[in-house]
Amino acid sequence: MSAYSITEPSKASKWVAGILVTLYMVITLLPLAWIISTGFKTGPDSISYPPKVIFSPSIEGYVNLFTDRTRATPEQLATMPPPDNFVDEIVQRRGEVVTGPSRFGERFLNSIIIGFGSTALSIVLGTLAAYAFSRFKVPLKDDLLFFILSTRMMPPIAVAIPIFLMYRQLGLSDTHLGMILLYTGVNISLAVWLLKGFIDEIPREYEEAALIDGYTRFQAFRKVVLPQAATGIASTAIFCLIFAWNEYAFAVLLTSGNAQTAPPFIPTIIGVGGQDWPAVAAGATLFLLPVMIFTILLRKHLLRGITFGAVRK
Amino acid sequence: MAEIVIRNLRKEFGAFTAVQGSSFTIRDGEFFMLLGPSGCGKTTTLRMIAGLELPTSGQILIDGEDVSQRPASQRDIAMVFQMFALYPHLNVRRNISYPLVSQGMPRAQVQAKVAEVARILGIESILDKPVGGLSGGDRQRVALGRAIVRQPKAFMMDEPLGALDAEFREHMSEELRALHDRMKATTVYVTHDQLEAMQMGDKIVVMNHGVVEQFGTPQDIYDHPATLFVADFIGSPSMNFLAFEGHAAAGATSVSLGDTAMALPELQEAATGSLVLGVRPEHVALSDASPYRGRVIATEYLGTTQIVTLTTAHGQIKARTAASQIAHPGETVGLALNPRTLSLFDATTGRALRTAANAGVHHG
Repeated sequence: MSAYSITEPSKASKWVAGILVTLYMVITLLPLAWIISTGFKTGPDSISYPPKVIFSPSIEGYVNLFTDRTRATPEQLATMPPPDNFVDEIVQRRGEVVTGPSRFGERFLNSIIIGFGSTALSIVLGTLAAYAFSRFKVPLKDDLLFFILSTRMMPPIAVAIPIFLMYRQLGLSDTHLGMILLYTGVNISLAVWLLKGFIDEIPREYEEAALIDGYTRFQAFRKVVLPQAATGIASTAIFCLIFAWNEYAFAVLLTSGNAQTAPPFIPTIIGVGGQDWPAVAAGATLFLLPVMIFTILLRKHLLRGITFGAVRK
Repeated sequence: MAEIVIRNLRKEFGAFTAVQGSSFTIRDGEFFMLLGPSGCGKTTTLRMIAGLELPTSGQILIDGEDVSQRPASQRDIAMVFQMFALYPHLNVRRNISYPLVSQGMPRAQVQAKVAEVARILGIESILDKPVGGLSGGDRQRVALGRAIVRQPKAFMMDEPLGALDAEFREHMSEELRALHDRMKATTVYVTHDQLEAMQMGDKIVVMNHGVVEQFGTPQDIYDHPATLFVADFIGSPSMNFLAFEGHAAAGATSVSLGDTAMALPELQEAATGSLVLGVRPEHVALSDASPYRGRVIATEYLGTTQIVTLTTAHGQIKARTAASQIAHPGETVGLALNPRTLSLFDATTGRALRTAANAGVHHG
């Protein structure tokens, strides 16, 4: 039993808190809402002045996002068979024909492979390293930990040119593996430090009990430490994914044809046939989804992770 | 079940020596106590027997087999931790079955064993509960269940009652002792509580600063402490020490404390210089006939007995007397020390001199 008592906040302060939270929510969510709604506007609606809040929704933006198109003369259109699906219909109504699928799908898939791949690798390496730092007598432990942290002390882009040259030499430029390794390299310091904190909080006795119960060190780690560290792993994974998912500078520099991720691709949509804001907004909306879904799936762990260690048991 | 032999066991952590050259033998089926103040090396010793720490040098033999450098998982030993260390993500049943699962035992057999252990410990009703919400006593029983389910060669217990409140501790210590008597399992038990050690142990090792001070039965350790440290650590109130300069000859049956000759068991070795005469409070009687005098400074009433604190020419002394005995502060009374139970220590080495009474006692 703790001797602390929590006083019930007054009605007025609850109101003030409620208003502040609502305000903050509106400020943060408004741009998101605007992006999402722009994705469902037509081209003229998206740039109309005054801006349209109420509009008739269209999936033109999404159609444009996923297709490559070319302008056709009315004569050419007249010679074509009538459209047999909604995509052709929308496109032809604007005097265009579909020339093929766009590369968005591919880029999106690249983002998924590279984002989740580097997150998984960061977590595996980070957990093992954090466990070793937390439990074993590692020579020069403090120096090593400081070195790992120091890789964060400059913006990663500061080493862009050496990495660019290195990657060209090693044949890692524009490859999935190259990008996964790069993002892992950046994230690993965060992963090691965050996870070490979480693992330090897990009493050693659990593993020792498992060792005595006849398990090997690695079995004890896998069966006893990992379930305990789940909250830490979940929150670390989210941070790693957010970085790898949003990274733009290295993606622009190191990827082009093969392993390009979605962030450098989305802006290129603008250049195709005028400023196609609905398609950009559609791309941005879809781009938001994976991190959002991942975070929602892990939110229970994330919340527990944030308060982990803050409450004395 | 097994006999455990410890030979010249030593553990260093960098420049710090946690345990230095301990040797003792734990007989098959013994309830063996490692006793000492915190930081004395008792837990390190236990952890070395269990295999959680590897000794710097020395040997640990379990059933005659040298296991000194083997990992814990290969020693077939069970352990009960101070904070219980129940796996928090598993329920009671899975906690208890965990050591069996590691051996690859078939599920039906595991279930039967767990049920049997649960019956012995009276925890059948909580088998399917998560361990998070259990009371201290139930956690303790689950931890015991996890230890006994495998029928290991020996049990290690690291202050298993330390986390319980005083009232419940008493109850659990009886339960533990009863369980031991039924299973006849070799048990090594670490505690800093001398009462617990005396109540439960068949044998006690008293450690201090990494050194075994004494090794013996509770009676031996209480009646014939081998060192000043043991004499002071065991007993409440602890042994009285009367410091004096003098000479004790081999074969003598008394020493001179100032002008008073104190009778004591026949000395088997000689010593000169700073000596200390040790006497338990219950062996000090207030008797006007005695020439050795002390002045009463305080009395503490304890129901059937009382503790009388007196000053003498050789320091303060406490006597445990019947509560009915009248002693007023300020009064000067005669003190009679029971000669059979006196110990004589060499103050420079802290060691008890050998006498006819303590001849069989093991020094560390």
